[in-house]
Amino acid sequence: MGNPMKIRASVKDGVTEVKVLMQHEMETGLRKEADGTLVPAWFITEVKVQHQGRTVLEAQFGQSISKNPYLLFHFKGGAAGEKVAVTWVDNKGDTRTDEATIAA
Amino acid sequence: MNAKHIIGMVMTVSLATASASVLAGSHDSKLEAKATAIIKRDFRDKGIAKADRVNQDALQAACSKYEDDVPDKLKAKLEAAQAKEIKWPADGKYMGDWKAGEKLAQSGRGMTWSDKPEDPAGGNCYNCHQLSAKEISYGTIGPSLRNYGNKKGMKEEVQRSVYGHIYNAKAYNACANMPRFGHMGILSEAQMKDLVALLLDPESPVNAK
Amino acid sequence: MNTDKLASMLLVLAFAASGAVQAEEKAVSDSEKIEQYREMISDGNPADFDEMRGEELWKKPGGPKQASLEKCDLGKGAGVVKGAYAELPRYFKDTRMVQDLESRLLTCMTTLQGIPEEEITAKPFASDKKPSDISSLASYVVGQSKGIKMAVSTKHPKEKEAYQIGKLIFNYRAGPYDFACSTCHGTSGSRIRMQDLPNLNTKEDAQTAYTSWPAYRVSQGLTRSFQWRLNDCFRQQRFPEPKFASEATVALTMFLAVNANGAEYAGPGLKR
Repeated sequence: MGNPMKIRASVKDGVTEVKVLMQHEMETGLRKEADGTLVPAWFITEVKVQHQGRTVLEAQFGQSISKNPYLLFHFKGGAAGEKVAVTWVDNKGDTRTDEATIAA
Repeated sequence: MNAKHIIGMVMTVSLATASASVLAGSHDSKLEAKATAIIKRDFRDKGIAKADRVNQDALQAACSKYEDDVPDKLKAKLEAAQAKEIKWPADGKYMGDWKAGEKLAQSGRGMTWSDKPEDPAGGNCYNCHQLSAKEISYGTIGPSLRNYGNKKGMKEEVQRSVYGHIYNAKAYNACANMPRFGHMGILSEAQMKDLVALLLDPESPVNAK
Repeated sequence: MNTDKLASMLLVLAFAASGAVQAEEKAVSDSEKIEQYREMISDGNPADFDEMRGEELWKKPGGPKQASLEKCDLGKGAGVVKGAYAELPRYFKDTRMVQDLESRLLTCMTTLQGIPEEEITAKPFASDKKPSDISSLASYVVGQSKGIKMAVSTKHPKEKEAYQIGKLIFNYRAGPYDFACSTCHGTSGSRIRMQDLPNLNTKEDAQTAYTSWPAYRVSQGLTRSFQWRLNDCFRQQRFPEPKFASEATVALTMFLAVNANGAEYAGPGLKR
C-alpha cells in the first residue's frame, strides 16, 4: 500500500513540470544491522507517470537511489486542471498511485 | 589560510571575548552555582559516558568561568600544575612509528556514548588540523601542522615538546581547545609516540615535499 | 574531487606557503555543491512527510484520554500553532517553567492526552525502525512558523535567567576531552574535517543555524528535532546524555534562540 507521495505539477509555455517526492525506505539489501543480520532488500523497481491516460515517463529504479526519492521532470503538453498520476512498484510487489492536478 | 585571514580571525576572537566579558560583568557566582547544579542533575549515564563526566577539574572550571580567557596569573598557575602531571616516557624515547600515527590521526572515534568500551580511541587529529597533504578533509580549529617536522627539525627538545603537547596541551596553554590525550588516558604512551613520529619523522607524509 | 584539481593543489602546496588558500577554495566549492544540492531538493524536502504525520497526530484524538492536542497552549493561546515556534522557548504560567517546544509538547501530551511522561521520554527521537510522535509533532509545529521572524522574549525574569544559564552551559568545559559547546562553536570560519562550523556567539551564524532546525538529515533519512540536535552535539562532546526536555537543554536552547532573534524562521531544514 505504501505511504502517500507528494506531487506538484505546473504548466508553462506548453511544458509541464512535475515534482514527485516518494516515501520509501529504499533498502539496498547490502546493509547490516548492528548484530550483523542483513537488512532485506526493499526498493522501488519501476515508476510510471501518466497524463490523461498517456504514459509520459517510465523509469527503472534500483538500489542506488536514496531513501525517499525525489524526481523532477518535464513533458510537452498538459493543461491546467488536467491530472498527472504517478505509480511506483517495489521489489516486494507493493505499489502505490497518487494523483495531482496541473496548476497554471 | 593566509596571514590576512589569521589576523581577521584573531581580531574577531578578541572582540568576541571582550564583548562577552562585558556582558558577563563581574562573575555571578550564584548563577554559576545554579547552572552547575542544573547540569549535574540533567545529565545521565549512557553507555561508557557516565554522568560524573560533567564534574569539572580545576582547569575545566577556570576555563569555563572565564570563557577561556583566564587572567595571566591564574593561567601560569594552571599551566604549571598541568605540566607537573605529565608522565614522560621511562625509556627517554619520544618517536614511534609514523604509519601507526597516521592511522590514529585519521580516526575520530572514541569516548562517546555510542563507542563500545573495547573500541580503541583515535587521535582525532584531522578533525582540527591539516597534516598530510594527501588528506584534503581536515579541520581548521587547530593550526595547520603541514611540514611541521621540516620547520622544527628533530632535536630531542622538539620531540619532547611535541610529546608534551599531545600528552597535555594545557600545560602550554591553559585553555587550549585540544584534549589532554595522555592526562585523560585517551591515548597510550606508545600511541602518543606514534603521533610524535607522524609530525616529525622526515618520512612522514606530514613532511613530504 | 577531480584529479587535475588535486594535482594543482599538491603543486601549490609543495611550492608555495599559500597552499592552504587553495585548499580553502576547494572547501568553499564543496559547501557550494552541498548548497546546490540543497536548493535542488528544497521543494522536495522529505521533512514534509514528518510534518504531515505530525499534523495528523495533533488533530487526532489520542492517549488514554482520547483527546487531540488542539487545546494545547504553545504560548499564543490554546490551539494556536501559527507563529508559536518563533516565540519559543518562553515562560509558561501553568507549569511555572521556561519551556521549549518539545518540553511544552510533553506537557500537553501528558496533561491533555494522559500519556505517561516516561512513555514519551523513553524514546523521544525517531529511529530507522520507528518514528517518534513527539518529534513529528514538533516538525508540524515548526512548519507553521516558516517565514515568521524569531522573537523570543527575555522579559520575564525566568526567561532572562534561562538565557544566562544557557550561556554558562554553552561555555561549560568538562568530560575526557575538555570540550564545551564553545570549543567548536565559539570562533568564526572554522570547520571539523570538511564540515563548516557556525559560531553560535555571533548573530549571523546563530540565525542561520537555529532557523534551519529541525531538519531532514539525508544521511540518516530522518527528520531530526532540535532536542535531537543538542543530544547528538553532547554525544560528540563526549558528555553523558542530557535528559530529554530537561532544564539544561531548554536553557541552552533559550541562549541559541535569543541569539537568532530577528531572523526569519526557515525550517524544517535539510541537512546532509
